[in-house]
Amino acid sequence: MVERTPIFNAVCQIVLFIGLLTVLLPFLIVVIAATHDIRTVNTVPMPLVPGSDLFANLHEAWIRADLGRKLLNSFLFAGTVAAGKVLLSSMAAFAIVYFRFPGRMLMFWLIFITLMLPLEVRIVPTYAVAANALAPFQAILDVTGISWLIRNVSGLQVKLEWGLLNSYTGLILPLVATATGTFLYRQFYLTVPDELAEAAKMDGSGAVRFFVDILFPLSKPNMIALFTIMFVWSWNQYLWPLLITTDPNFGIAVTQLKHLIPSEFGLPDWNVAMAGTLIIMAPPLIVVILMQRWFVRGLISTEK
Amino acid sequence: MSSIAIKGVKKAYAKNAVVHGVDLEIATGEFIVILGPSGCGKSTLLRMIAGLEEISGGEIWIDGKLVNKLEPRERGCAMVFQNYALYPHMTVAENIGYALKVAGVPKAERMQRVAATAKVVGLEAFLDRRPAALSGGQRQRVAMGRAIVREPKVFLFDEPLSNLDAKLRVAMRAEIRRLHRRLGATSVFVTHDQTEAMTLGDRLVVMNGGRIEQVGTPAEVYNRPATRFVANFVGSPSMNLMEGAIDRHGVFVYDEQRRIPLPGALDARLVGHKIVLGVRAEAAKLVEAGTPGSLPATVDFIEELGAGRVVHTDFDGLSFAVALSDAATFETGDPVGVMIDPADIHLFSIESGLRIDLPASQPAHATSL
Repeated sequence: MVERTPIFNAVCQIVLFIGLLTVLLPFLIVVIAATHDIRTVNTVPMPLVPGSDLFANLHEAWIRADLGRKLLNSFLFAGTVAAGKVLLSSMAAFAIVYFRFPGRMLMFWLIFITLMLPLEVRIVPTYAVAANALAPFQAILDVTGISWLIRNVSGLQVKLEWGLLNSYTGLILPLVATATGTFLYRQFYLTVPDELAEAAKMDGSGAVRFFVDILFPLSKPNMIALFTIMFVWSWNQYLWPLLITTDPNFGIAVTQLKHLIPSEFGLPDWNVAMAGTLIIMAPPLIVVILMQRWFVRGLISTEK
Repeated sequence: MSSIAIKGVKKAYAKNAVVHGVDLEIATGEFIVILGPSGCGKSTLLRMIAGLEEISGGEIWIDGKLVNKLEPRERGCAMVFQNYALYPHMTVAENIGYALKVAGVPKAERMQRVAATAKVVGLEAFLDRRPAALSGGQRQRVAMGRAIVREPKVFLFDEPLSNLDAKLRVAMRAEIRRLHRRLGATSVFVTHDQTEAMTLGDRLVVMNGGRIEQVGTPAEVYNRPATRFVANFVGSPSMNLMEGAIDRHGVFVYDEQRRIPLPGALDARLVGHKIVLGVRAEAAKLVEAGTPGSLPATVDFIEELGAGRVVHTDFDGLSFAVALSDAATFETGDPVGVMIDPADIHLFSIESGLRIDLPASQPAHATSL
């Protein structure tokens, strides 16, 4: 709808401005608080003019929270999760769209239904599986009586164990599956003309070749959009990393924020906490800014 | 020796049969055009030859090899698609060379063959461009180049010209013809455009409703249509068809005022039967109303074609087209007479739609009713 009257324009701009303010104000307070020393930050009300202690605070936060190591972990974690999601969902969607096998639609809906089961809902069973990734197989062996059979025949007790606690694998693997990504990719594949697949077939390329040579490069905008969203999502994960990593060597930046928040009876140095926040929120911001050009294209349009 | 042999080939989707047992032999180097209205199964037949569509029944042989269970790449066919199906992210050179790359042809040889192919289809200057930066005709050439570069045994064309504008279509038609003469590979070309079919094909295969109606050279199909459907479908304007009975004297009676004596000896089996009589617009003439031997009609409307005109006349409800090349002028509503040359009429059975040959022209092969 195109409406152009001065009053309507003004109303639009005011609404937009209020929205912008609502979003930016907390961010502004973080920035300002990070620039003050401990005394100024605790005065009521806190002055809304930036102070001069920004770099001292950043340095303090960096040291205290061991951010060098944690940011590296975070990058590794978020980057691998996002890349894994792109790879897995592109392949899952490829199977669903391009192959006719029994139960194809059932598979698709099963994947789709997992949208309704976010990590927070299934955190206990997921933790149990992560604690021993082979537990489900052990259960199958136990229930079917195979382990009983093996014990009686060979005297060996079957005990499958593969613990993922306190490892990068455990941190990353349970988060890689994504219904959203699979769905996004499925929709993209459906827009690719059938003739393209047929032409590739006539040119002698098999399924894998078609995927690698044609489908994957064609999905670049899609890929970037998904990667960006998923990188930010993974970067902001809190509950799962907190649960699965007790060893500080595997800790990530976001969970580390907790160590910067002043305790009840400790020194109320919110300036350092805010400086730490500032550091930690920077990477996803940078990724979004760098990727946004392709990101928008991937979400709104298909390849010309 | 035949390059492609199609034996009783059928195709059914779920329970819907779309191709009902097609038999066809295609000689090596022949240019075959499959012509038919949309939905007649012609593209399905082509796709079954290519291996893109499973064969529900019958056999397809290519070069003496049964290919029913072979993958498309093992059949030695190349295909040109209606919408070209170029890979959008590859340059023209990569598009043309993709099949070679898949086949593992070394880069140097690949480049050389791509360059040679580009020369054949006139794309040397565009090798670095993406398909999006090409015009429709150029994309069409890329699609052809992609097919040529593999030096296939068989070329398959699936309505490749229907996305082009009229002028370009004529130019590309000539180019395909020239290319075929030069490469000499067996070609199967599917189209619904009869001009394309007539000008391109060594032989035409006219299909309707999943069956072959007639196979023959363009001249045969035009001059001796085997069925009522072919008579109606091939030729522009369509052949005029009238239903009527044959009386005792061997005269076709459409109604009281319109009688057409049949040429040659009277076939006794036809007397008293209802029959379909067909006359091409070019085989009829317009004369003054009331001329003896002419059929009374009124002018309905006139199509100006530049080189000539088609006058659509009205036989009390039945439209009858007459092609004129002279400058005689008529107005809508004018009463005229239509004169038909008895030598130029076609007869078809009303039940089976099959052609009935008159004893005079083909005494031995008169189709029984």
